[in-house]
Amino acid sequence: MILKPGARLISAVCTAELMTVKAPKTDLEVTIGGVATIASATARDGSVTAVAGHDSGTLMGKRYVDEADTIELLCTKAGSGAVAVNGELLQLKEAKALPASD
Amino acid sequence: MHLSSFVEMVESGFDDRVLLGDQKSRITGTEFGFLVRLGATQVHNQYASVIYVGENHSLLPVALFAAAWAGVPFVPVNYRLEDRQLHSLLERYPNSLVLTDPLTSDRLAGFSPKVFEKWLDELSTIDLEEVGPTEPAEDDDDVAVVLFTSGTTSEPKSALLRHRHLMAYLLGSVEFGSAESSEAVLVSVPPYHVAGVANMLSNLFSGRRLVYLASFTAQEWLTRVADEKITHAMVVPTMLSRIVEHLDGGVLSTSTLRSLSYGGAKVSERVIRQALQAFPNTGFVNAYGLTETASTIAVLGPDDHREALSSDDPMIQRRLSSVGQVLPMIEIEIRNEHEQVVAAGESGLIYLRGEQVSGEYAGVSLLDGDGWFCTRDQGSIDADGYLYIEGRVDDTIIRGGENIAPAEIESVLLAQPGIAEACVVGLPDDEWGQRIVAVVVCSEGHVVDPKTLQDSVRDVLRGSKTPEEIIVRDSLPHTETGKMLRRVVLSELVARQGGSAS
Repeated sequence: MILKPGARLISAVCTAELMTVKAPKTDLEVTIGGVATIASATARDGSVTAVAGHDSGTLMGKRYVDEADTIELLCTKAGSGAVAVNGELLQLKEAKALPASD
Repeated sequence: MHLSSFVEMVESGFDDRVLLGDQKSRITGTEFGFLVRLGATQVHNQYASVIYVGENHSLLPVALFAAAWAGVPFVPVNYRLEDRQLHSLLERYPNSLVLTDPLTSDRLAGFSPKVFEKWLDELSTIDLEEVGPTEPAEDDDDVAVVLFTSGTTSEPKSALLRHRHLMAYLLGSVEFGSAESSEAVLVSVPPYHVAGVANMLSNLFSGRRLVYLASFTAQEWLTRVADEKITHAMVVPTMLSRIVEHLDGGVLSTSTLRSLSYGGAKVSERVIRQALQAFPNTGFVNAYGLTETASTIAVLGPDDHREALSSDDPMIQRRLSSVGQVLPMIEIEIRNEHEQVVAAGESGLIYLRGEQVSGEYAGVSLLDGDGWFCTRDQGSIDADGYLYIEGRVDDTIIRGGENIAPAEIESVLLAQPGIAEACVVGLPDDEWGQRIVAVVVCSEGHVVDPKTLQDSVRDVLRGSKTPEEIIVRDSLPHTETGKMLRRVVLSELVARQGGSAS
C-alpha cells in the first residue's frame, strides 16, 4: 500500500494502532505482529495470531523508524505485536523528554 | 501531518479517557472526536474560516478542531478589544462562522454571530449518518490558525500557522499520551494568544485533561487548582505576580501542582524567587517563543530553577533570568548588525530556523532563502547554551551613538526597593538623538523619590545609561498577557513634550 502522513494502521492480531508521521511514496507492506494491518479494529476477530519474532510489542506514544529513516510511525494504542515494513522490524526512535512548557 | 490526524490519534489513544471538562461535564476522547466530526459538517463548504471571539470555554478545542477537520482556518480574536478594532479584524475574514459568548454577541450585530454554547447544543441534534460525515482535510500546508499579533509596536498583523508548523512543534516537544490519566491542566491564558493555542494542543496531545478558567483572578485560579486537583498550569507573568501577591508569603507545600510554566513576557526575578518559595514542591518551567514560531522554542526546566535558587555561583544564579536552552529541533544564531554570528556571551539579534517556525504574515513570509527567521528580539547565549532575552531591537535606545537596551536599565530599576514596574524609553533629543526617560510604578505602600532612585541607578550603571528623568505613575499600560505597551508610554511622553515619535 501507499502510505500518506495521517494514514492509520491497525493490527489484525493485537490492540496496536499506529499513525503514519512520514513515509516514502512507494508501495509498502506493513505488518503488525507479522500480519498485514486492517482497515478497522472492528474487523479484528481474534482468529489470527502473531508470527514468532514479531511479538516484541509496540508502546503508546513511541515512534518507530526504519534503518534508513524513510518511514516513521507513531503508536497511538499499545499492543503485543511489533511493527515491520517490507519484512524489516522497525526500531524505537529515542527522543529526549522535555519539561511541559505549555 | 494535519490536525485532522491529531483528532484520529485522540480517538485511538484516549477513547475512554476524560480529556475535557470539569467535575460537572466530562468529555472522553471518543466523545470529543464525535463532536469534532459533527462540527465539521456545519463548517465544510459553508464557511471560509471559523472565528472565535469570546472568553475561554471548556469545549473550545471542538471549535478549533472542527475548523481543522473541515479544512478552514481557526481565527481566535480578542473579545476585549474596543468595538471599532474588533469589527475591523472581523472584516478581514469575511464569510466566517463567528462563534462567541453571550456578552460579546450583542457587540457583533453585523456578523451573524452564534453563541458557542448554543452552537454546541445544535450539534447534538444532528444525525451524522443523515447529513453525511465530512471527509477529514489532509493538506498540511493549509493555514490552521490565524493569530493577531498584540501590536505593541504597530497595528495588529495576521500571523499564519500552518498544520505542518503546529504538528512539527507537537511531535518535537511532546510525547503522545505521556500524561497519566489523573493529570489535569488549568488553562487560564486567553484563546487568542499563541500560548492559549499551544496550551490546548500540547496537553491534548499528551492526554492531559483540560480545565478552562473563563477569566483569571488569583483567588479563582487557586480555588480551581485545589478543587480540580490540577497537576499542570501555564500562566503569563502578570498572573504569576498576582498569585504570589495573593498568597502574601503563604507556602503551598501540599499543592497537587507538579508543573507551573510561565512565559509570554519578561518576568521579574523577584517574582520567580517568591513563586519558587510559595510552591516548594512544584516544578517551574520558563518558556520562550513567539507567535511566528508556533509557540515555545526554548525552555528553562524545573531542575535549572531549583539549582539556580540554591547555587552560590553567580553564573548559575543568573540562569533564573534566562529562558533556558533551545529545543532540540530548533536551530538558533545570534548575529551582529553585519549579520555575522557572534561569540558566546555577546549580544545580537536572535535568528531561528526549524520546522515549527512559520515566520509568515498574511501575504508575506519573513523567512530568508535559507529558512531563517529574524525574531527582532535581542539576546545572547552563554557558554553553557542558556539563552538570555534582552528585549525588542525596535525598542533599542540610541543615545549619542550608543545602543542601549531598555531592559538593562529596567532590571536595575526593578531591583531597587519599592519599585513594582518600570518602563524605559528614548525620547527625541536635539543634542543626543534620544534621551532616556523612565516611568516607574511603586509597590503598594511605598513612596519613591525620583532623585534618590536616579542616584541608585547611577551607582550600578554608567552615567550615559542613567535615565535623565524618572516619572512616578500609578500604573503602566499592558497587553493582557503582560507585555508592556511601550509605544503607548512613548507616544504619551512625546505628546507631553510637544512632538512626534520617530
